[in-house]
Amino acid sequence: MALSSTARLPAAKSAGPAGRTRRRLAPYGFLAPFFVLFAAFGLFPLLYTAYVSLHRVELQTSEQMDWLGLQNYTRLLDDPFFWNALRNTFTIGVLSTVPQLLIALGLAHLLNYRLRGRTFFRVAMLMPYATSVAAATLVFAQLFGRDYGLINWTLSSLRIHPVDWQASTWASQFGVSAIVTWRWTGYNALIYLAGMQSIPGELYESAAVDGASRWQQFRHVTIPGLRPTIVFTVVVSTIGATQLFGEPLLYEGNSGGGISHQYQTLGLYLYEQGWTFFHLGRAAAVAWVMFLLIVVLALLNAAIAARRNRTDR
Amino acid sequence: MTHVLDKPLAAARSSVRKARSPLHGGPLAYAVLIGATLLAVFPFYWTLVAASRSNSELSAATPALTPGPNLFHNLGEALDQAAIGTALINSLIVSSVVTAGVVLSSTLAGFAFAKLQFRGRRALLALTVGTMMIPPQLGVIPLFMVIVKLDLQNKLPSVILPSLVSAFGVFFMRQYLVQALPDELVEAGRVDGASLLRIFRSIVLPVARPGMAVLGMLTFMATWNDFFWPIVALSSQNPTVQVALKSLGQGYVPDQSVVMAGTLLGTLPVLVVFALLGRQIVGGIMQGAVKG
Repeated sequence: MALSSTARLPAAKSAGPAGRTRRRLAPYGFLAPFFVLFAAFGLFPLLYTAYVSLHRVELQTSEQMDWLGLQNYTRLLDDPFFWNALRNTFTIGVLSTVPQLLIALGLAHLLNYRLRGRTFFRVAMLMPYATSVAAATLVFAQLFGRDYGLINWTLSSLRIHPVDWQASTWASQFGVSAIVTWRWTGYNALIYLAGMQSIPGELYESAAVDGASRWQQFRHVTIPGLRPTIVFTVVVSTIGATQLFGEPLLYEGNSGGGISHQYQTLGLYLYEQGWTFFHLGRAAAVAWVMFLLIVVLALLNAAIAARRNRTDR
Repeated sequence: MTHVLDKPLAAARSSVRKARSPLHGGPLAYAVLIGATLLAVFPFYWTLVAASRSNSELSAATPALTPGPNLFHNLGEALDQAAIGTALINSLIVSSVVTAGVVLSSTLAGFAFAKLQFRGRRALLALTVGTMMIPPQLGVIPLFMVIVKLDLQNKLPSVILPSLVSAFGVFFMRQYLVQALPDELVEAGRVDGASLLRIFRSIVLPVARPGMAVLGMLTFMATWNDFFWPIVALSSQNPTVQVALKSLGQGYVPDQSVVMAGTLLGTLPVLVVFALLGRQIVGGIMQGAVKG
């Protein structure tokens, strides 16, 4: 960086031309460390993915690229496992996001009361967020075990028929979603709590004066006040759900996502194409499809938020 | 429902009562919160239980619900069978170096975006923020090809280099410095004729420290827990903790109690950080962290 020499200049006098140039260029020196690495390891791969997805590239010979045009994409659309992964991504996404955000909203409301041990509750609820995907999944895979898992043992003790949490489609998807919900609910509750604390107290006061019950205050003061925060969490959770990968990979420890691919997500399908079957070009095509999906979902979220804003005002 | 807002009355009442959180939690609120806390904490407790029992106890008709005597035996097995020791050291190196790089590069760039005038500032900031929404998987395949070309597969630089800078970090530090660093301070330094680098060292860094600490904690945790890229770039011979846990989960170690002992070892460092800095991490996230 060309910022090292410190010319101590009297303030009143203007610097010489060299000093002025340095002043003008200095900000770029501050940006350089970030942008140099960002360009090499962030931007370049993003753009290059599109190029790779139009070629046959095999993992063992990744130097060699054969032009295919759109063939990777057409093969993708002909693959029933791709559509299966797309469907699973959607159902697991809904199963893990909707209950998670609703529970987080309820918990945030409770955490907003004046409580003894407020900090303790907040830290305890954030602990799952500190656990890695891998660790959380290994523990939950144990708990959800078919024959010796604690959850099935509890069900049996309650005289409820035990569930096959791996082989059955809906039960395995529920199991994977439970891991996501466990890890992220506390985090989102804190985000909502931060949003709630920025709602001016006077609004509640005046609602109370007008005779609004606690529930009405929640519906007509808290929820509208949280709208931007809710939109934010919905967008972030949707993007997170689209990329689900670690949970389904380690739920039973294979990249197929279950015996009949019943909980294979798009992220896992991408990994299987690239690092189980060694088709990097096809994996790049999956990556682009995932990206388009995220863009569509983000736009959809934004459109819904905008419409709700219009109808509410 | 539209209410006629009775402003004067409301103002009078709010001066009597504190504006923040007017309601006390009742017993029901405590009951629900304690239930939620138990759900959040139970898997940690269960990890300890399972890691301290033998495999046959884990597949018994009545599962054990209290810790048993086998903890240290299982931890030793996990260190032997799954390279957890190597993994802990590797993860510590990777997470520390990445955290230092992200905090430093983000503070430098964040300061420039927050307080300096230069050509292309808005476009560059928009570019940085825009890429925050892009899933990391999109770049993984070319990144992998680059790593192969540079002959870095299975070596720690392969997981360090791509993570040394973070668009989120730059945005975070910019937001922090915009409100924490008064323009007058920077101006005063300039009037004294100090170089920008000197202003950065003696004026910006002291002010930026709390923000850097929060960013550092979040980055360290995210890097420690990073999964997709490390399992692509590293093998189970030279793993980070998450890569070692993946080998455990894929049945390289048949013993469930040893798997849980490895999981415990891999989670412990983050839990220690959490026990020490939990309050600050909560504060940092409530300031508006983003899922990373």
